[in-house]
Amino acid sequence: MITIITNKEFSTGIETSERADGRAFDELRPIKIEAGVLNRADGSAYLELGGNKILAAVYGPRELHIRRLMQPNRAVLRCRYNMAPFSVDDRKRPGPDRRSVEISKITSEALSPAVFLEKFPRSTIDVFIEVLEAEGGTRCAGITAASVALADAGVPMRDIVVSCAAGKANGQVVLDLSEIEDKEGEADMPIAIMPRTGEITLLQSDGHLTSEEFEKALDLAMNGCKKISEEQKKAILGRYG
Amino acid sequence: MVTIIPEIIRESITNLVKNGERSDGRSFYEYRDISLETGVIEKSEGSARVKIGKTQIVIGTKPQIGEPFPDTPNVGVLMTNSELLPMAAPDFEPGPPDERSVELSRVTDRCIREAGVVDLEKLVISEGEKVWMIFLDLHVLDYDGNLMDAAVLGSVAALMNTKIPETRIENGEIIVDHEKMISLPIKEKALMTTFAKIGGELIIDPSLEEEQIMDARISIGIREDGSICAMQKGGANPLTKDEVIKAISKSQEITKELRKHLPEN
Repeated sequence: MITIITNKEFSTGIETSERADGRAFDELRPIKIEAGVLNRADGSAYLELGGNKILAAVYGPRELHIRRLMQPNRAVLRCRYNMAPFSVDDRKRPGPDRRSVEISKITSEALSPAVFLEKFPRSTIDVFIEVLEAEGGTRCAGITAASVALADAGVPMRDIVVSCAAGKANGQVVLDLSEIEDKEGEADMPIAIMPRTGEITLLQSDGHLTSEEFEKALDLAMNGCKKISEEQKKAILGRYG
Repeated sequence: MVTIIPEIIRESITNLVKNGERSDGRSFYEYRDISLETGVIEKSEGSARVKIGKTQIVIGTKPQIGEPFPDTPNVGVLMTNSELLPMAAPDFEPGPPDERSVELSRVTDRCIREAGVVDLEKLVISEGEKVWMIFLDLHVLDYDGNLMDAAVLGSVAALMNTKIPETRIENGEIIVDHEKMISLPIKEKALMTTFAKIGGELIIDPSLEEEQIMDARISIGIREDGSICAMQKGGANPLTKDEVIKAISKSQEITKELRKHLPEN
């Protein structure tokens, strides 16, 4: 038998109507984005959102060696979302699992509409997302960072895709769920948009929402995206402006 | 993907070395700039970010309670694993660890294990039944030459930074007390230095360019008392006995300087 004494507080804020970390319902966690942080990659970005630490890197457009993936009229955008073994409380075994494979696929689909893929037939653009530390909402943070890395690599794009989640925790529709809110909450809904047109390139939902709550969450997430979009632009201007 | 090195670059680096110079202006026994931060990942019980030149590795440790290996029932377990991330270089591919990655983690593991960096005997919770297993994961983010020295330097720093909960046995039950976090028992700070052989000369801390054209490579792990704890020769060309002996004596000298990058305690 092993008894574990823990000093971690799992306050979900159920006692009060407030959020566990004291944020307002429409408030993002502190965010920091930096472009061009790696030497070898063609483009890169580092992002911190609350306790999340994400690194994204882009190689390409470059030659695609796997012929069966090759598209005669456009480039393919390949994504690899990966979590470091030390990024979570219990060590994650290295290598892809079902979750990271799914996130890689939807990330690729979230970014592709913004990129002028048709300009680079038979080639590939590779996006690598590394989660160095995870604290809820890593897929959104990854997409946001990857867009900045694409811009840093000089890949021509229609827009800079930005991603953010909204959901329901403690009976309240809230923006940008933290790890505890994601675990204990009722619903989590990550979205990604192209902020110039407001078109949605990623939409997932996990949990219970009424259609009124869904609409409210969607508006909240879109507003959150717009705020994060400003930070993306700042990061790119910080490097090239 | 095969990296093609133009003959003209090979010649120019070799000629520079023959004239006692290097392409980045360093002397033969000079490291690039080194930076080392610890505690960079809060969720990891111990972590470090190390940069040598533009080579960058993030290292994190994760302790877990597990069963000891049957042949060593009264020592803890240290597991070293590395990932050469595809973001670190255009020729690093996603997928299971390739031979370069396996070599990196095994050489790092040997250097740390054989030097006795962590006192594994103190990681026993209940002899033959439960011990601490320390997972040391190396995440290579940017590859600009000389991964081995960076890996060992960062690993020692991450292990020094690691805190594990205190354990005790009460009425045959193991109590894991997260309110009392203790440092890992560190009893040695061994470090590694790598030399590349180019144009018949040995140069320390090869950059990416130098690594791509080197004839051979020798990595040497040195303990605080100057004794050797690990060695690895690499590259397709031979080294002479004199070269190896010279590398060892330089390594003994330079690891003393290198050790100053580690935190105090």
